[in-house]
Amino acid sequence: MIAHSIFFYTFSIIAIVSAIMVTASKNTVNSVFFLILDFISISCLFIMIGAEFLGMIMLIVYVGAVAVLFLFVVMMLNVAQQKNQWFSSEDNSKHIPVGLIIGTLIFVELTIVIGGWKYKPDLFDINNSIETIKVSNTHSLGQVLYTDYIHVFQISGMILLVAMIGAIVLTFRKREGVKIQSYIKQISRERSDGVSVIEVESNKGVKIDD
Amino acid sequence: MTEIGLGHYLTLGAIIFSIGIIGIFLNRKNIIVILMSIELILLAVNINLVSFSIFLGDLTGQVFTLFILTVAAAEAAIGLAIIVVYYRNSGTIRVEEIDKLKG
Repeated sequence: MIAHSIFFYTFSIIAIVSAIMVTASKNTVNSVFFLILDFISISCLFIMIGAEFLGMIMLIVYVGAVAVLFLFVVMMLNVAQQKNQWFSSEDNSKHIPVGLIIGTLIFVELTIVIGGWKYKPDLFDINNSIETIKVSNTHSLGQVLYTDYIHVFQISGMILLVAMIGAIVLTFRKREGVKIQSYIKQISRERSDGVSVIEVESNKGVKIDD
Repeated sequence: MTEIGLGHYLTLGAIIFSIGIIGIFLNRKNIIVILMSIELILLAVNINLVSFSIFLGDLTGQVFTLFILTVAAAEAAIGLAIIVVYYRNSGTIRVEEIDKLKG
């Protein structure tokens, strides 16, 4: 159990510090890297607590796809050089106390809710939870996911499809002045479009411009 | 060191949630950081769901975490596409210069 405590505190401190650095970092690229560090430490916590499948999925989906997407957009839009100016300029300093008050208020409310939660004492042992059943986390999750939640699963697939189509439609644009190969024009071109037989009278020649 | 229980994980989730909220309010830089703060908030919600699911021995929380992950990925893709289109049209994504809706 002492190892559990040590790993929990290590990963959670890394997660909290990197979450602070996501919002406070001067460079947006650094924010994305701290976001990646946050996801990695939280997925380590998930794996440690016994939800291996979700930890690995978080690594794949967030670190592998979402964070790289953020990184691409940050580098593509050339906003990495814009400096953060919270505490320097005077005109926007009224946002800081409002944000801090609202954030601390929400944190205090959540702490009150957590402190008031009535714990059942026998539910606290990790050992009597899912691990003692001789089925792995991934196996049991799949058994639930593909039977009881099959409709929700397919709807989430539809959500991903709609998101993909939406992202493509939003960012698609027609460029002017770009030469594009048109297959239909190429295929439907016939001999009579390009070649014509002209009767040439003797000693007259042919006008080409016609 | 006391034993790590459900309360520790919930407190971690609450701290990360509050940092996400504060990040949305304090951010004066660009919208991408706001999207990252939203990702932090969703991460805190995922921590809560997974810890409840583990400590109460019910798999439903993990299933819902999976769906939240799906929706978060879709939301990030759509939001970044909107940001790219806005940057292409107006040339800036700084928070205080986006005032076309006069809100």
